[in-house]
Amino acid sequence: MEISLSLKYIPILITALIVFVIGLAMVIINQVLGPKRPYSEKYLAYECGLPPTGETRHRFDIKFYAIAILFAVFDVEAVFLYPWAITFDQIGFFAYIEMVVFIALLLVAYFYAWIRGGFQWD
Amino acid sequence: MEYVIWIPFLPLIAATITLIFGKWYIRKQAHWLPCIAVFGSFLLSFKALLDVIGGARANFDLYSWVIADTFHAAVGFQIDPLSVLMLAMVSFLSFLIHVYSIGYMEDDPGYYRFFAYISLFTFSMLMLVSANNFLQLFFGWEAVGLCSYLLIGFWYQKKSAADAAKKAFIVNRFGDFGFALGVFLVFLTFGSIYYEDVFARVHEIAHTTVNVLGVEVLLATLIAVLLFCGAMGKSAQFPLHVWLPDAMEGPTPVSALIHAATMVTAGVFMVCRCHEIFELSHVAMAIVAAAGMITCFMAATIAPTQFDIKRVIAYSTLSQLGYMFMACGVGAFAAGMFHLFTHAFFKALLFLGAGSVMHAMHHAPDPTDMRYMGGLRKYMPITFATFLIASLSISGIPGLAGFFSKDEILWLSFVSEYPWGKLVWFVGTVVAGLTAFYSFRVVFMTFFGEFRGKEVLHGHEPHESPSVMTIPLMILAVGAVVTGWLGVPHVLGGHNHFAKFLEPVLGHPHINLPYWLYGKKEWIELFLMAISVGVGVLGIAVAYVVYVKKPELQRLIPERYPALYRYLYNKWYWDEIYDATIVKPTFFTARSIVQGVVDSILIEGVVNGLPDLIRRGGESLRRLQNGVVQTYALIMATGAAVVLLLVYFF
Amino acid sequence: MWSSLPSFVAVYPEILLVVVASIMALADRWVKLKDVFAWITIATSVIALIMVFAVEGAVFGNSYAADTYGLFFKMIFLLALIMVTLVSPGYNRMVGIHFGEYYALLMFAVTGMMLMASSKDLILLFLGLELMSLSVYVLAALLYSDLRSLEGAMKYFLLGAFSSAFLLLAITFLYGLTGTTYIDVIAKKVFYPGLADNTALLLSAALFVVAFGFKVALVPFHMWSPDAYEGAPTSVTAFMAVGPKAAGFAAMGRVFIEALYNARVDWVEYLIPLALVTMFVGAILAVVQTNIKRLLAYSSITHAGYAVLGIIAASREGMAATMLYLFLYLFMTIGAFSVVTLFRQKDFLGEEITDYQGLSKTHPWVALVMLIFLFSLVGIPPTAGFIGKFFVFKAAYEAGHHLLVIGAVLASAIAAYPYLRIVMLMYMKEPEKDLAVNVTPYVFAGLIISVVGVLILGVYPEPVINFARTCCAGLIP
Repeated sequence: MEISLSLKYIPILITALIVFVIGLAMVIINQVLGPKRPYSEKYLAYECGLPPTGETRHRFDIKFYAIAILFAVFDVEAVFLYPWAITFDQIGFFAYIEMVVFIALLLVAYFYAWIRGGFQWD
Repeated sequence: MEYVIWIPFLPLIAATITLIFGKWYIRKQAHWLPCIAVFGSFLLSFKALLDVIGGARANFDLYSWVIADTFHAAVGFQIDPLSVLMLAMVSFLSFLIHVYSIGYMEDDPGYYRFFAYISLFTFSMLMLVSANNFLQLFFGWEAVGLCSYLLIGFWYQKKSAADAAKKAFIVNRFGDFGFALGVFLVFLTFGSIYYEDVFARVHEIAHTTVNVLGVEVLLATLIAVLLFCGAMGKSAQFPLHVWLPDAMEGPTPVSALIHAATMVTAGVFMVCRCHEIFELSHVAMAIVAAAGMITCFMAATIAPTQFDIKRVIAYSTLSQLGYMFMACGVGAFAAGMFHLFTHAFFKALLFLGAGSVMHAMHHAPDPTDMRYMGGLRKYMPITFATFLIASLSISGIPGLAGFFSKDEILWLSFVSEYPWGKLVWFVGTVVAGLTAFYSFRVVFMTFFGEFRGKEVLHGHEPHESPSVMTIPLMILAVGAVVTGWLGVPHVLGGHNHFAKFLEPVLGHPHINLPYWLYGKKEWIELFLMAISVGVGVLGIAVAYVVYVKKPELQRLIPERYPALYRYLYNKWYWDEIYDATIVKPTFFTARSIVQGVVDSILIEGVVNGLPDLIRRGGESLRRLQNGVVQTYALIMATGAAVVLLLVYFF
Repeated sequence: MWSSLPSFVAVYPEILLVVVASIMALADRWVKLKDVFAWITIATSVIALIMVFAVEGAVFGNSYAADTYGLFFKMIFLLALIMVTLVSPGYNRMVGIHFGEYYALLMFAVTGMMLMASSKDLILLFLGLELMSLSVYVLAALLYSDLRSLEGAMKYFLLGAFSSAFLLLAITFLYGLTGTTYIDVIAKKVFYPGLADNTALLLSAALFVVAFGFKVALVPFHMWSPDAYEGAPTSVTAFMAVGPKAAGFAAMGRVFIEALYNARVDWVEYLIPLALVTMFVGAILAVVQTNIKRLLAYSSITHAGYAVLGIIAASREGMAATMLYLFLYLFMTIGAFSVVTLFRQKDFLGEEITDYQGLSKTHPWVALVMLIFLFSLVGIPPTAGFIGKFFVFKAAYEAGHHLLVIGAVLASAIAAYPYLRIVMLMYMKEPEKDLAVNVTPYVFAGLIISVVGVLILGVYPEPVINFARTCCAGLIP
């Protein structure tokens, strides 16, 4: 019983091995067979085909991060509304109250960010 | 009898309040609360005493501290003749000394602290004597030790006081270590720490032996000797006696209360409490008697050579404690308790009298040096009269308290069933003479002759102390006389109420006389009495001749036998011996260990051996950039891997 | 319509905390007297504490149960909240972090802990743990102008995220095996012979050990704690040393004692080496510390090692001992940290051990109070620390782990040294500088509560022991 159970997964193992070997082989064969003719443009950072301007390791204003985090938070929370909306007629009043509480909590966070000046650029 | 719980707790409450609010709010009024509380304790103790005389007994737990299967530790009270006697005595003396301290400590900056500490001490001592189990006894034991430490070092700015406190603390640790082992052994043996359970089953181990380092020893001997270690520390018996004379660095009321009347007698109380265990073992009884005899004699030989009035009385205390242990060592526990009781009064009186003298001499650079006193009876008649009564009492002059208790011990040791009884009697009689001599040496040097301290007082006249100090002296003087009448022996027409009262707890000693002498028992007792009184009177007479009539004789011993005198003057060199054999080697070893092990192995090895993980070095940010957080994660991951591997190993 | 709603009475305390915390976070801007927030926090905690004792029952489809086990831990959390709040006004004003969000975050963290203690569902347990952890990460970083604070919080956050992954993995394994995340159901499905010795279940147990080991700082998962404790504001450190640790143990009780009780022979084997290593490493490393907060961090590691002995005993008595230990530990640890906060000045940290030199001469009361806490941490009777040690050691001994208990006693002998070194410095050395102490009425009240707690519980622990025994009775069938 035990053995047969393990045997069942042997094909998966074999597949994984084949994939791993093929991937590795491609990288190695490329390294071995490919011609190497480096010139300066090849070492430049890629910026959609234009010649690069300035350093790539460039400091951004922290405000971008703050806005990005706020966006991510509210965006992800909004995702919760979709499954709720789809099953709304089945789960009823209880879920409605739950969602009101959920949005109220979101509003608290929203107001907090607002009061602390999170939406102001300056 | 549930009211007895208030006997210890009243002083505790007073101490706590005084300690918390004393510095800012109560200040100069700090004496009120402790005095009232201790007086309350005394009244309750007295009521308890009357109840116990009326036949009442009590043994109850206030509450349980820890219950774990067989181990049951509680705060409980056992009220029987022995404990109620101690309660009444401790609270009474404590109250008088509280009152006395109002005058004595008047201008001290630590006024409130002093009262808080002695109230705390009173609480601890009352807890100690009223315990119904060994653990609470041990708690009280440690607590009185702590208070004693705090009070010896009360003037901690003085180096000698701080050193004396440290010495008392360390010497007592030796004894307490043995005591703790003894309590532990009691629990292992009997599975209980309650007196009741232990003493009820003590006969079961009468013949049990244990193997200690290859020697078969009676279990009872082992327990008794371990417990007695504690008594030797607390009651300053040889060889742990060295701390008590130094403890006189504390304020004098403390010396009177703690280092004469109450705490130092805790050892005697404990031995009496556990007398069932001690009686099982002749070896233990012999050790008790021997320690008592050595201390008794040694202290009595040192006392006449000292010039510090408090030290003489301190050696006298050692010697009298020796008497009590001698009594215990011949099975005369009630006599030991009797002497403890009377001694508490006359010795507290001696100390308070000495304190009164020091109060008069406080302008002198060393107010305790008797060489600058003399003729003080003219200046302070009340102190003189009370001091004289105490000295007569300790010298065993008939009619006073000391006479009855001392003769009870001498008589019972003479007729004791134990083979060392006669030796005890002999040592006791010799020491009775020495006691009378050194006690009256103090009286004559201090109160008779011409006043020798004119220059050191810079024109100040010695003066009698205020009445808040002299009234306690007078009350104690009454006690130093009448407490003896509680135990007038049958031969003098009394009924020995004291011993009868304690008989339910302590039993009574067997009198062992050859049958042909049995009919002449009374005559022998009277004869022995006559000897000891004669010896005492002789001691007083010698002191009178040497210190009043022919002062030139004082130089006789120092000049004829300089080596002996130096030996006695330097207290048999015990401090030096301990210094050379214990203190110095310990310091040396400790220092070597600290340097060798702690520094080189711990500091060098651990700190430098496990560098980044434990050493705090460099600024923090650099460590973060150094990638240490990755190391942390790596260590966590390694740990996780190890735990997961455990899954396969187990 | 309203009557169709299920009752939420069981979570009223948590709801109260969340609502008040939200309002405080929003109101901070308009409230000038920041002490108001401390008052509100204390009032709310007291009300919540009363409510916790009043409510019972299960909600959210039995994934949350206000049972007596949760009650005991909630009592610890709310007391910790009250006591930390008492420490905060004085200290936080001094370091410049005295504002409403601070108290709001504390309350959110406590809400998370309360969810953990009462969760009957592993998902809710994880949720509570994350709510607690995220709040505490932010609290630890509150002194963001101080690099130490940022560094400690950063490490705490990174490693905490790492350990959360372990927790999720453990839950996943368990779900895969039993098809449920309900603790009750898992407990019924795990038995011998069968699931209890399944290797995947044991893997899951081992992963739980790792995840909770991180939260309660067992060696070698403790690496974050000295840095985080040292860097965080001291008031937060006091909270971290007690709250999340107790919550970690609450979760351990839920998972190991309640869910995986039948697999105990195995997970006990994983915990024993960790407990031993924890006690010794914590004790030895405490010896070489020079910063008092780091020292107390290692001390709290050692104490986690002792407390885990009760879990290892895997019995009702053992669990009760651990709960008692955490309850007593609350008073002495917050007390000790409260003393540390007293010395903080604007430009002076007062965190070096040498700062305590001669304290008995300059501030005898502070020295005495510290002495009581240190004695309790060492475990000298009649302080609370002794009682705690006594019961965990006893429980482990009765469960048959004799060598482990001997090791624990040895470790506690080593562990005494660093505390006694402070005592020695305070009482035997002459002061070198005159320290100013910053005693507010709040911290004064807090210190009194801690001292009284340490002493009373050391002298009269019986009611708490019995309460702990009753509280964990329902955990083991």
